[in-house]
Amino acid sequence: MHDTLATPMRDQSMRDQTLPQPLATQMAGQDDIILDVAAAACRFDVSAPGLSRLFSHEPRRILRAVENVSFTVRRGTTFSIVGESGCGKSTLARMVVGLQRPTEGTLNFRDIRRADGSFGPPRVQMIFQDPYASLNPRWRVGDIIAEPIRELKLRPDAQSTLQRVGDLLEVVGLSRSDASRYPHAFSGGQRQRISIARALATEADFLVCDEPTSALDVSVQAQILNLMVRLQKEFGLTYLFISHNLSVVRHMSDDLAIMYLGRFVEAGPAEQVFTRPRHPYTRLLLDTIPDVERPNRERKPMSGEVPSPIAPPPGCSFNPRCALAVDRCRAERPELRRLDDVGVACHLA
Amino acid sequence: MTETAAAPLLSVRDLRIVFDGRHGPLTALDGVSFDIAPGEILGVVGESGAGKSLTGTAVIGLLDPPGRVAGGEIHLSGQRIDNLPAEAMRKLRGRRIGAIFQDPLTSLHPLLSVGDQLVETILTHLPVGRAEARRRALDLLKEVGIPAAETRIDHYPHQFSGGMRQRVVIALALCAEPSLIIADEPTTALDVSIQAQITTLLKRLCREHGTAIMLVTHDMGVIAETADRVAVMYAGRIVEIGPVEEVVRRPNHPYTAGLMASIPSVHARHEHLNQIDGAMPRLNAIPPGCAFNPRCGRVEALCREHRPGLPAAPHAAACHFPLKEAAHA
Repeated sequence: MHDTLATPMRDQSMRDQTLPQPLATQMAGQDDIILDVAAAACRFDVSAPGLSRLFSHEPRRILRAVENVSFTVRRGTTFSIVGESGCGKSTLARMVVGLQRPTEGTLNFRDIRRADGSFGPPRVQMIFQDPYASLNPRWRVGDIIAEPIRELKLRPDAQSTLQRVGDLLEVVGLSRSDASRYPHAFSGGQRQRISIARALATEADFLVCDEPTSALDVSVQAQILNLMVRLQKEFGLTYLFISHNLSVVRHMSDDLAIMYLGRFVEAGPAEQVFTRPRHPYTRLLLDTIPDVERPNRERKPMSGEVPSPIAPPPGCSFNPRCALAVDRCRAERPELRRLDDVGVACHLA
Repeated sequence: MTETAAAPLLSVRDLRIVFDGRHGPLTALDGVSFDIAPGEILGVVGESGAGKSLTGTAVIGLLDPPGRVAGGEIHLSGQRIDNLPAEAMRKLRGRRIGAIFQDPLTSLHPLLSVGDQLVETILTHLPVGRAEARRRALDLLKEVGIPAAETRIDHYPHQFSGGMRQRVVIALALCAEPSLIIADEPTTALDVSIQAQITTLLKRLCREHGTAIMLVTHDMGVIAETADRVAVMYAGRIVEIGPVEEVVRRPNHPYTAGLMASIPSVHARHEHLNQIDGAMPRLNAIPPGCAFNPRCGRVEALCREHRPGLPAAPHAAACHFPLKEAAHA
């Protein structure tokens, strides 16, 4: 449930404001770190049941969803994680919101000072991919948005809760009267606006957005991305943005990390990674995405598929698909090295 | 409509599809006309509910009630196929028109090995023996790029990855060497790197076999990289059709232009994306005049009253005030 994601509000002094004041302008330093992830790993035991294993002499099977991932997110910025299915990006997102415990390593939210003077850990909320599955079809939109407010007692009475719900609906570009309707009456894009309003209802500081626009049509996707950018400026939000769509990521990110088989292969300021990709996987990814600006160009698609995270290849996990791979890549795993501001996990970069 | 030198392989004229509902009939597709030349890839692009999949379903004759073809004609190599009896249509399906659907897991039989599925399809459509059918099945698997096809032929669908499954589905569609393949979102369920493999494969097969493809997708990027021509659909109609380079670079219809502008670029970061406000109208609330008029930035009184037709030109837009009007004068 979404309410478990929110850190309860510590300071009630904000409750009479309709919405938090714009923070971006008042923030002490733009570059202060809000989330610090150090050597986080998440492994799942996918072995057969103990007795079967005993009979068939099978070893344990460990799925390494996320391995040794470290990064920091600066307040008020967007950090994106890009990768193909099964690379561990959603597991990482679930660890950040606390739905999944890391097997190793730590994820720390740093205390922040808000515009109203309160000081404490950031409030974290999540926006999910499928707006058709993440809203309760039997609840009115007003109740969906009011639930976190009621649960966390952010407003003293029903009247001010109602007022707050109406304000939130307007903030995300819907009308106050929409509160009395049910989710089925809304299109995919409108539903995603409702999800955003629900996330903002907790006066969240940090939003984890797991593929928030991949279920939407492109023209609607643009509306939602523009809304997210506007809200970020208005409320000084920090986004952890999970996506497989590189052009969306380019549009949204300040920093980004490319993930492959549970590990970061390249991470750094988005502009640098896009203008000068160093890891062969990043390059191939950028080269293979369909590009409307270059119709009918000849391209050489990357061969092979993502290996299983249960039995990753030795050495660099990308080596079976890499055109540049040398013997060293097949034997020794490259660590993330810093080149300028960008971390690259490649022996040859 | 198009002045293709060769006779079109597929010709759809004024296709109208109606769903009979409790509250009266809903027109889902209205006056859709297009041609596909032999060996050509026509991309059909649009947002969800625009009628692009419905068009493909109607061509292949798999429209389920309450949907029905209420008007128009579909011709395949000069033969009218929209009024064929079910049995004749069933024979034609697979033999002359192949199909590839979005989800490769649901379009394969989970309890039959891929070899058995291929052999069965070949035996159904071609006058060959079982041994010859198996040999062809193996050749097809090799051709679509399945490594170690000799052993993989006896594997079951769940033993294949998503990309490999889609290759099997393509092999199935190619079994009887059809002249047309309807590919409905063939790459949507796949990762980008696999997506590129599949579109490249489709393109290569299309060239080598001279098979025409109707490629239905919502992804303008896939269309731009794969198709020869593109038809843009909106609210059950074709709003723009033309060679893919022209439509992508110089869209004439404001909707196409808006669609192109709302795609974020990988080459540069922009502060603000162009967005088309609002959403596509529901079938029961399509506005009078041009269906796009409530969302259009160039709307005039005429657009609210008269529905613009699609002119007969190689690159045409159904708009009273197309962008770059000079190009048409």
